[in-house]
Amino acid sequence: MALHFELVTPAKLVRSEEVHMVVVPGSEGEFGVLEGHAPFLSTIADGTVKVYKSENAAPEEIAIAGGFAEVTPKGLTVLAEKLVG
Amino acid sequence: MASLKELKGRINSVKSTQKITKAKQMVAAAKLRKAQSAAEAARPYASRLAGVVASLASRIVVSESSPKLLAGTGKDAVHLLVVANSDRGLCGAFNSNIVKAARLKAKALEAEGKKVQFYLIGRKGRAVIRREFPNAIIGGFDTTTVREAGYGEADAIAAELVALYDAGKFDVAHLFFSRFRSALLQEPTEQQIIPVPAPKSAVAADSVVEYEPEEEEILAALLPRYLKTQIFGALLENAASEQGASMTAMDNATRNAGDLISKLTIQYNRSRQAAITTELIEIIAGAEAL
Repeated sequence: MALHFELVTPAKLVRSEEVHMVVVPGSEGEFGVLEGHAPFLSTIADGTVKVYKSENAAPEEIAIAGGFAEVTPKGLTVLAEKLVG
Repeated sequence: MASLKELKGRINSVKSTQKITKAKQMVAAAKLRKAQSAAEAARPYASRLAGVVASLASRIVVSESSPKLLAGTGKDAVHLLVVANSDRGLCGAFNSNIVKAARLKAKALEAEGKKVQFYLIGRKGRAVIRREFPNAIIGGFDTTTVREAGYGEADAIAAELVALYDAGKFDVAHLFFSRFRSALLQEPTEQQIIPVPAPKSAVAADSVVEYEPEEEEILAALLPRYLKTQIFGALLENAASEQGASMTAMDNATRNAGDLISKLTIQYNRSRQAAITTELIEIIAGAEAL
């Protein structure tokens, strides 16, 4: 039960790991992605991506500015314009 | 025959030149490593984004309403050549190769009766293009103020290009830069950037993908970003190529200077010996005369 999560910025590949769940700040509302999510493509607003390593763990927050999130059967890829902070 | 003093002076000046080229070579080697890793780090983003654009573009039928960046202006009259050069010299034929590629393309386009305009990035190469195409430069981007061109610069360049495009200043844009193959090999490359060329690798649409917001809107937001990424990639490739070219050129220069020094030293020693011999002969001849 793991979701493959990748966070990429133009400067580098920031993350590539197996996580439980990721909450993404979509431009039309936040959405959470678990393993087996339907294929989905959304623009994202400036905000924080919350990464849950396991079911009960406290989320790790990564602030990003603008970009895209793509969910494929292989996992979730967040293409962020840049990291904030 | 040059006097001993002159020779000494020349040897010293070549020696100090060699010191400069050697230092520049070592600096270039260090910078090359950095530029190369930056170029490599940017690849995942570019390839993922290209994948997304490809899959989106394959779903959308190009029509009147689709974004102009994808569909084009419907004309093919004015071509913009975006030429990315470096700010500094001492890098061999790096800049002139890029400019040469751009000039060939410009000549070919003009022969077809198209109008050619230039947009120049970087300080080098400006003079050459201005001399040959005096009124064709419609813009430029100065990278001398920053140490190395990054995403911010790519952002600004892309924004300016899109503004020019929206204002109807050109119909097609080509980007010229040098692709980094290795420290010894850099290829001047031409790439069409506007309208965004339809990606070849149409991903098999096996699953139904949901879009939020609509496909068209996403595409409209994605295309400028794609353009930016391509310019960013070109800037990084250029930076790595520049350092590679510089390293090779300076290596050659250092070696040539070394050859020259040994040649001059031999000449210096010979003339010194000749002078001594002449003096001796004079003394002996004088002594015999007594």
